[in-house]
Amino acid sequence: MMLAIVIPAYNEAKMIAEVVKEVLAATPHVFVIDDGSSDDTAGSAAHAGATVMRHVINRGQGAALRTGLEAAIRAGAEIIVTFDADGQMSAADIPALTAPIAAGLCDVVLGSRFLAAEVAGLPRVRRWTLKAALAFTRATTGLKLTDTHNGLRAFSHVAAAKLNLHCDRMAHASEILEEISRLGLRYREVPVTIKYTDYSLAKGQKLTGAFRIIKDLVLSSWIKN
Amino acid sequence: MLAFQIIVILFCLYAAFRVWQKIRSRSLGSRWGAFWLAFWLGVGATVALPWTTSLLAARLGVTRGVDLVIYVSVIVLFYLVFRLTLKIEKLESNITKLVREIALSSSEEKTKNQEPNSRPQV
Repeated sequence: MMLAIVIPAYNEAKMIAEVVKEVLAATPHVFVIDDGSSDDTAGSAAHAGATVMRHVINRGQGAALRTGLEAAIRAGAEIIVTFDADGQMSAADIPALTAPIAAGLCDVVLGSRFLAAEVAGLPRVRRWTLKAALAFTRATTGLKLTDTHNGLRAFSHVAAAKLNLHCDRMAHASEILEEISRLGLRYREVPVTIKYTDYSLAKGQKLTGAFRIIKDLVLSSWIKN
Repeated sequence: MLAFQIIVILFCLYAAFRVWQKIRSRSLGSRWGAFWLAFWLGVGATVALPWTTSLLAARLGVTRGVDLVIYVSVIVLFYLVFRLTLKIEKLESNITKLVREIALSSSEEKTKNQEPNSRPQV
C-alpha cells in the first residue's frame, strides 16, 4: 500500500531537514508544503529528499495541509499521514497509525498524546486549553476522543478525498473532526508521543489562538452553507 | 432649510449619481445598485423632510424620529459589516484555491521536466 506523509511547513528551515529524514524511513513519498516561508524551508526539505510544493503566499496550516492531501491523492497514495514540521512528533508512531487502516478496520486514525503514559513538558496552560477544546469538540461532534488539535493522523485515501475542509488557519484541526462526525467515518485513537521542546513550544499555538479558531469555525460554517 | 441640510442633501445626490454611473458601467450589480440608490435617496429625503421620521417613529412606538434613524442606522451598519465579513472570507477562500492550484501545477511541471533528465543516458 502506498503511504504518503504530508508535512505543512512555515519558516521551519531549522528543523525540516531532520523531520524529513526521520519520516523517509517510513516511506519515500514525503510531501512538504512550504506555506510561503521567508526562510529556506523549501530548499532544506527538497535537499533532504521530500517532494516540495510551495504556496506563493502564506495561507495558513489548514490550507497547506489540504494542498498536501490533494498532492498525495493525485500521486496515488492509499494511506496519508499528516505530520508536523517542528520536530515534536515521532516517526516511530507512524506504523501504529497506518496499521488499522491497512487492515481495513477504520478510515481515520487519530494520534492521542493523552493515551500515552506521560505527557512530558506540556505546559499547564496549554493542557487546560486542550482540555477545554476537547470538551468543545465532544459537544459539537459527538466523537468520543481523548485528544484534539493533534496533528498526527492517518487517513485512507477515500476518507481524505471526502473531507470538505474550508478553514485555512488553525481551526482545520477541529474542522477535520467535524467532518469525521458528519461523514460517519470509522475512526480510532492510538497513543502517540509528543516531544515538547523550547523550539516547538515557541512555534506552537498561543491561548488567544483559541478565540480565532472559534471565529474561523463559525465563519467557515456560514460559507459552507 | 439649514446649511447642514443643504450640504447633506447635495452629498446624497452626488452619491446617488455615482451609484447610477456604476450601475450603467456594470461595475455594480443591479441588486446592490438598487439598494445603494434607495439608501442615498432615502437619506437625502429624510434630511430634507425630517418630520417624516417623527411620523414613522410614532407609528413604530419610538419616542423621537432621530432615535428611529439611529436604531435603523445601527442595524444597517451591523448587517453590512456581516455581509462584508462573509465576502472577505469567501475572497480569502478563493485566494487559497488559486495558491493551491499554482503550488500543485508547478510541482507537477517540475516533476515532468525532471523525468526525462533522470533517465539513464544511452
